[in-house]
Amino acid sequence: MFVIWLLVISRTEMDKPETTLDTQMLEVNIGPQHPSTHGVFRMNVTLDGETVVRLKPAMGYLHRNHEKIAEGASYLASMPFTDRLDYICSMTNNLAYAIAVEKLAGIEVPERAQYIRVIMAELTRLVNHTLLVGFLLNDLGAFFTPTLYAFREREKILDLFEATSGARMMCNYMRFGGVKADLHPGFMEKLKEIVENYPRFLDEFEKLLTENEILMSRCQHVGILPKHLAVDASATGPLLRASGVDYDIRKVDGYSIYPRFKFRVPLGSVGDVYDRYYVRILEMRESIKILEQAMKEIPPGEFISKQGATGAKSPRTFRPPKGDAYGRIESPKGELGFYLVSDGTPNPYRYHVRPPSFINLTILEDMCLGCKVADAIIILGSVDIVLGEVDR
Amino acid sequence: MSYGLGILKGMSVTLKQFVESYTKKGSIVTVQYPEERREDVERFRNFPILVYDEKPEAPRCVACDICAKECPPKCITIVRDRDEQGRGLQKPKVFDIDLSVCMSCGICEEVCPFDAIFMDHQFELSAYDRMESLNYHQEKLLKPNSYLHQIRPTDATQIDAKLKAKEEAKKKTQPGTTA
Amino acid sequence: MERLDQLFVLLKKIILQFAESFLPAPLLPFLSILVSITAIAIFAPLTMMYLTWLERKVIGRMQNRFGPNRVGIYGLLQPIADGIKMLTKEDVIPLGADRVTHFLAPVAVVVPSLLLFSVLPFGRNMTAVNLDIGLLFFIAVSSIGTLAIFMGGWASRNKFSLLGAMRAFAQMISYEVPLVLSVVTVVMIVGSLSTEKIVEAQSGWGGLRWFVFTPWGFVGFMLFFICSVSEVNRTPFDIPEGESEIVAGFHTEYSGMKFALFYMAEFLGAFAYSAMAATLFLGGWQGPLLPSWLWFGLKTFCLVFTMIWLRGTFPRFRVDQLMSYAWKFLFPMGLSNILAAGIWYHTPFPLSFIFATWILLLSFIGLSRLNPTGTRLERRTYRFAE
Repeated sequence: MFVIWLLVISRTEMDKPETTLDTQMLEVNIGPQHPSTHGVFRMNVTLDGETVVRLKPAMGYLHRNHEKIAEGASYLASMPFTDRLDYICSMTNNLAYAIAVEKLAGIEVPERAQYIRVIMAELTRLVNHTLLVGFLLNDLGAFFTPTLYAFREREKILDLFEATSGARMMCNYMRFGGVKADLHPGFMEKLKEIVENYPRFLDEFEKLLTENEILMSRCQHVGILPKHLAVDASATGPLLRASGVDYDIRKVDGYSIYPRFKFRVPLGSVGDVYDRYYVRILEMRESIKILEQAMKEIPPGEFISKQGATGAKSPRTFRPPKGDAYGRIESPKGELGFYLVSDGTPNPYRYHVRPPSFINLTILEDMCLGCKVADAIIILGSVDIVLGEVDR
Repeated sequence: MSYGLGILKGMSVTLKQFVESYTKKGSIVTVQYPEERREDVERFRNFPILVYDEKPEAPRCVACDICAKECPPKCITIVRDRDEQGRGLQKPKVFDIDLSVCMSCGICEEVCPFDAIFMDHQFELSAYDRMESLNYHQEKLLKPNSYLHQIRPTDATQIDAKLKAKEEAKKKTQPGTTA
Repeated sequence: MERLDQLFVLLKKIILQFAESFLPAPLLPFLSILVSITAIAIFAPLTMMYLTWLERKVIGRMQNRFGPNRVGIYGLLQPIADGIKMLTKEDVIPLGADRVTHFLAPVAVVVPSLLLFSVLPFGRNMTAVNLDIGLLFFIAVSSIGTLAIFMGGWASRNKFSLLGAMRAFAQMISYEVPLVLSVVTVVMIVGSLSTEKIVEAQSGWGGLRWFVFTPWGFVGFMLFFICSVSEVNRTPFDIPEGESEIVAGFHTEYSGMKFALFYMAEFLGAFAYSAMAATLFLGGWQGPLLPSWLWFGLKTFCLVFTMIWLRGTFPRFRVDQLMSYAWKFLFPMGLSNILAAGIWYHTPFPLSFIFATWILLLSFIGLSRLNPTGTRLERRTYRFAE
């Protein structure tokens, strides 16, 4: 009896081909309310157990109509709105917009202002990358320790921003043809302190993280972005460079006075999360070099050109000639560009932002397929997005 | 591969921070807010105030409406005061700033041709409702020039000098005709 | 000194003697049990409350901040404030949830972790119930909590909860194996499952006979500790509630006091496992000068501190890495540890030390080289473009 039963069982088991095993895919909405989507971002994920088989990013929850508002406002009035695109690095946003408008109106920028701009942009890069590494570790599951170390250092830079521009995050500091105000009296001493202490902090950070086996096993060979795919998807910034493509707009375009500085561009080899993490650490070290050089060379003089000063004082009279211009910079997240069309009125006729976060985000699915849920989260974290910039 | 040495290294970092938090002064960076406060920086900007020279009835503001036009989020409402005959006066009748809309960009201060509007340092402005109690009217916004000197000494002195020079230039060009 | 050492035992005796005067004799054993239970029922929640405080404080200090310092001096009343907050919070049961199971899960998760306390030897003569199979009881009861976690995850009718519950199950089944293997060595050497006997076996030689100072004991201790961190879902093994991935895992849909109960179970588990590790490998309540229960408390505190320290430092593993770490590293390590313990038992002293050390060292190096987490780790060099 028992044998027959066993036979029956084994027959039925054998007859069943593997594919008919009745399993269901689990469809999960990660976000818009989720601790690690960095804002209101939704990933529509289909899971086979824990493995991601489909991932659709859904954006637009933070859409604020930035571009259309800018078309109705004067050129200057859009400046504070650019702060709110990528709210972690408002200085570089300002810089990109200022460069675009300067191209459009043909405004010269005084030497000192250029140096101030470079200093601010590189400080912003430090802020962004430090913070990103901290948040990435949070996504990895660390209990806020790296994040708070990152915050601790970031605060020192934000103090500088506040003392110079008046606000910690929404700086609104650049103006067309210069900057809003000169560096405040104690700036250079504080900057020196930061530049001297930052490598030490990075060493400590690396000691905590870089060789940590858990971090290595979580990040290495996860979310690989091949070179060709990165180029095809027009990814920019550290994401692209981690895949081994040598493309840094500071070098390629040489905007502002970047050609004067000696710095190197770190490149990754595998293009996984670990490379993206480490390329950013190396980039910070290069930024410190730029800061050191800029600190030494900064000349005295005007912080804003005459034309720019009058434009800032009465924005209604600031009418760039008819035409269009595209200004781009290497923002910490990638290529940030502003495309402006002027029709000779005080308002831009067309105002378009090329946000690095948004465009880098488009390859999220390609990186995430076949990974685990936990990987999808850190891949998203390593792309480095700010939803203010993605949705605009 | 590396036998867990990286893990121990990481743990040494946190332990060091833990011990230093007791032994080394200044290693705890948080500011215990209501008791301690961060140093006030002169350029700090929060929300706008209106400045008057002698008395609040005669503010520097002439109701020219430039700030209201340039304000990016359009949080300023200005209505010009009129005398009995209905002629426009050089002062505002209504000057409202909706603090719940204001984004502290400081553009109003930059564009003001009469140096009447400035960004305040006061940031403790919590209120129980967001409609009326955060819509600041003229009376609440008006602050004496001495207050400006208090929060932003260098800027205020510069502006005073500038205004004085302007005044004198005005007197020179039209002596005695203003009476 | 002796009095101080036996303080709590004497207290209990006094209560019982007092009760003898008016209670009939058959009821006295029940009263004895009742006194022990009351002691545990008071001690356990207090421990949990102050462990939360300790964790926040320690992690705060590690992160360059003060931690709670508003309620009472040093924030000592913070747990009470938290408790009041938890009690007054709205209790939400999601629509479509299995209401009964949803309600029962937090209860079912706390009860086993309270039961764990009954076999812990808190000091000399201070085990609430001196079971002959104390260790077995501990291990058996501690795994019931997993079921409750699955109940909570399933009943919540939330995909994140479900994922968390599945993870919890997979993880705990895997980690139970090396946990038991690490304990087996102690049982082999002592020849008893009673926690009291295990502590007794480690007495003498001024603490050098603690099992942690033997090669197999050290490895066993590490294995036990790692597995217990995993069993109580703490970083770096907290994937069932991994808040950055699956929101809060199995307790996503719990609020108020029910959430607090899950939290309580975690902390009681952390405490109980630390206490057990101290009992098994660190000589339990033994130590010079100080009263025995204080020694026990100190050792447990050190282990709990280490758990908090781990939490303050590390990111978490991924699911598959966690599993392969258990099966490819901890499990074989536990087996070779048993071998080492056997050799230790049967060979005379200096030889046994050498043999056991070599076996363990070789298996550690060998297993580490086999990539226990399943990913090949590499140090990378980066090139720079000019």
